Amino acid sequence: MSKRLGIRKTYKLYINGKFPRTESGRYYKWTDEKKTAIMNMCRGSRKDFRNAVVAARKAFEGWSSRTAYNRGQILYRIGEMLEGHRDQFIGELILQGLTKRAAEKEITQTIDRFIYYAGWADKYQQVFSRVNPVSMPYFNFTVPEATGVVAVCAPEESSLLGFVSVLVPVIAGGNTCVILASQSRPLCSISCAEILHSSDVPAGVVNILTGLRTELLEHFSSHMDVNSMIYCGENLQEIKMVEENAALNVKRAVIYKNEAWSKKTSQGPYYILETQEMKTTWHPVGV
Amino acid sequence: MNKTKTLKFDTNWSYSPAPESIDYIELKDRYGLFIDGNFTSSKGGNYFDTINPANEEKLSEVSEANEKDVDKAVQAARQAYEKVWSKMKPSERGKYIFRIARIIQEQAREFAVIESLDGGKPIRESRDIDIPLAAAHFFYYAGWADKLDYAFPGRSTKSLGVAGQIIPWNFPLLMAAWKIAPALAAGNTVVLKPAETTPLTALKLAEVIREADVPPGVVNIITGGGETGKMLVKHPDVNKVAFTGSTEVGKFIMKTLAGSGKRYTLELGGKAANIIFEDAAINQAVEGIVDAIFFNQGHVCCAGSRLYVQESVAKEVISKLKDRMNTLVIGDPLDKNTDIGAINSRMQLEKICKYVDIGKKEGGSIYQPSCTLPEKGFWYVPTLFADVSQSHRIVQEEIFGPVLAIQTFRTVDEVISKANNTPYGLSGGVWTDKGSKLFKVTKEIRAGVIWANTFNKFDPGSPFGGYKESGIGREGGVEGLHSYVELV
Repeated sequence: MSKRLGIRKTYKLYINGKFPRTESGRYYKWTDEKKTAIMNMCRGSRKDFRNAVVAARKAFEGWSSRTAYNRGQILYRIGEMLEGHRDQFIGELILQGLTKRAAEKEITQTIDRFIYYAGWADKYQQVFSRVNPVSMPYFNFTVPEATGVVAVCAPEESSLLGFVSVLVPVIAGGNTCVILASQSRPLCSISCAEILHSSDVPAGVVNILTGLRTELLEHFSSHMDVNSMIYCGENLQEIKMVEENAALNVKRAVIYKNEAWSKKTSQGPYYILETQEMKTTWHPVGV
Repeated sequence: MNKTKTLKFDTNWSYSPAPESIDYIELKDRYGLFIDGNFTSSKGGNYFDTINPANEEKLSEVSEANEKDVDKAVQAARQAYEKVWSKMKPSERGKYIFRIARIIQEQAREFAVIESLDGGKPIRESRDIDIPLAAAHFFYYAGWADKLDYAFPGRSTKSLGVAGQIIPWNFPLLMAAWKIAPALAAGNTVVLKPAETTPLTALKLAEVIREADVPPGVVNIITGGGETGKMLVKHPDVNKVAFTGSTEVGKFIMKTLAGSGKRYTLELGGKAANIIFEDAAINQAVEGIVDAIFFNQGHVCCAGSRLYVQESVAKEVISKLKDRMNTLVIGDPLDKNTDIGAINSRMQLEKICKYVDIGKKEGGSIYQPSCTLPEKGFWYVPTLFADVSQSHRIVQEEIFGPVLAIQTFRTVDEVISKANNTPYGLSGGVWTDKGSKLFKVTKEIRAGVIWANTFNKFDPGSPFGGYKESGIGREGGVEGLHSYVELV
């Protein structure tokens, strides 16, 4: 009997809890260094992005008003699911050029990062909320709230740990997002969709696109219904464009330049704070 | 149809004038730029007038800073930062800021009168709100200077360097305090540009800073118009830009700073919803509506300029509101009885007139109480518009004047979606005596400051700033400190 023919996977986009192909019908070729695998990755379009923003906006109210405990449990659930899929991700990481050892380390750190932020989901509010001692008979308090819909251009180099390190603080804080996977290492980023999909993350909370950064970045940063844009990378021209486009609707532009995502200092509640708004409420005290 | 009952105001009882005296106020004929601890004349030699908007008389003239002046001021700030301020013991830094607070308190009356003269706001407001709050701001942040390690759990702080700060004309001294106090406490030095039409209290603040022996260059105050502001924003040696003003200019600043690596915080425009539910204490709510839109002639970015009244009480609320509007005293800003002073400038008056015309043309029903306005100066009668909808321009765009657009609603969900149907998100108001409803609505309004059963309250410890196109970052409280440090 001949050797069994393997089943190749068609990598698709993840929009509104579904796995569509790009509406553009276009693709870009992706191969590993040894040319053992050739993939037709979806070349996501502006229209795909806009659809994803609509899904993210629709999901925002529900996701941001979930209890923090519930969000924490869902993040923990993602960690559980990922633990069960270690081998899949190790395989993809190796295909993307890592050694087995490095791949193992990366998936371990990635799982731990989900667990880390699962714990933050119901605590950052306590760390950063305040009751303010105003000089009038008023009760005055400040709490963080989600900024809204966040467009993310994920790190090009670190497509699993980096991707997740940027993504988790956004959703832990109650935001919804559209995230563009690494163009050169898209496999494990888009595979994350399968994990999210089976972890009770509601449709639209995370939307993942693959495609060409040069083509999509302009649309990511200029969309008028996006509240915040996270850019990971060092390209100064791109940073300038992102920041210029952010001015169109006063987007919060967050730039992660030269971040070493494997370091312990690349996690923490201040990453959550990047996509939070502080709301202050006043109420009179009296009878 | 029976006529709605209204109060009668045709009485001979009127307030006697109660003007604040100005004879002890000493204004110079001409002010230079405050750079490196001294008042110096502008390199360009240009001056512009600052007038009293209540009578259009010239109060003084101030220098117009050109590129060389801006550069000199930034250099002075840089020197002071490198050599003195960043090296000083934080507790000593704090003491200087405490001193500033104390001197403002000591000279509060003079500050209040100048503020009302230069900007047109009622003395009651400058005396009771602007000046005491400005002093309180310095006092609050002074105490932070040596306690920064406690502000951000798990991180320590680093100052940013030179802050370029641009402030508006609606709360001239208070905005200067909001900008300067946290910047200094965090160890930065500043170059501040007050608004073109209201430079005098900032220049008086410069005198206070000198009196407090703050080292030269730590605070520099340069006057000028939009061009001067632009130069300050663009100056390569400025590390942080802080701006309060219109969303339009805010967007321009964001564009200008793109790719520069400079930090920025922006406090921009607003179009706040003020929501009155049927179970609110109606009389208090009416008072709140007046505070929300007519405070400081409506020249307030967080003004409650969109009123939403639940249908069942709309008739009562609007009728009481009209009655209340008839009792508002409009006139001499220096009169202690005055509720509504002068519009800040001719330009602003024209903008308000333009929007009221638009409101009429778009079909809104206008109401203005009858009153006599002074002949000279810039004035506008408090104005209501009913019969407007979400798409009307006077409902969507910031007017920055005493003009209120009224709509009605039936359900909680309806009013939340109407309140949030705006690119702005600075503030909001909710009036109800039902606690659970109050928390639902305050939570769901997408804005940075929510006043529940009150409106337009401010405090140094209370963060202020907007969601969406109303700005980025917060001023006041610990959040306000965050805007002036790097976390390490």
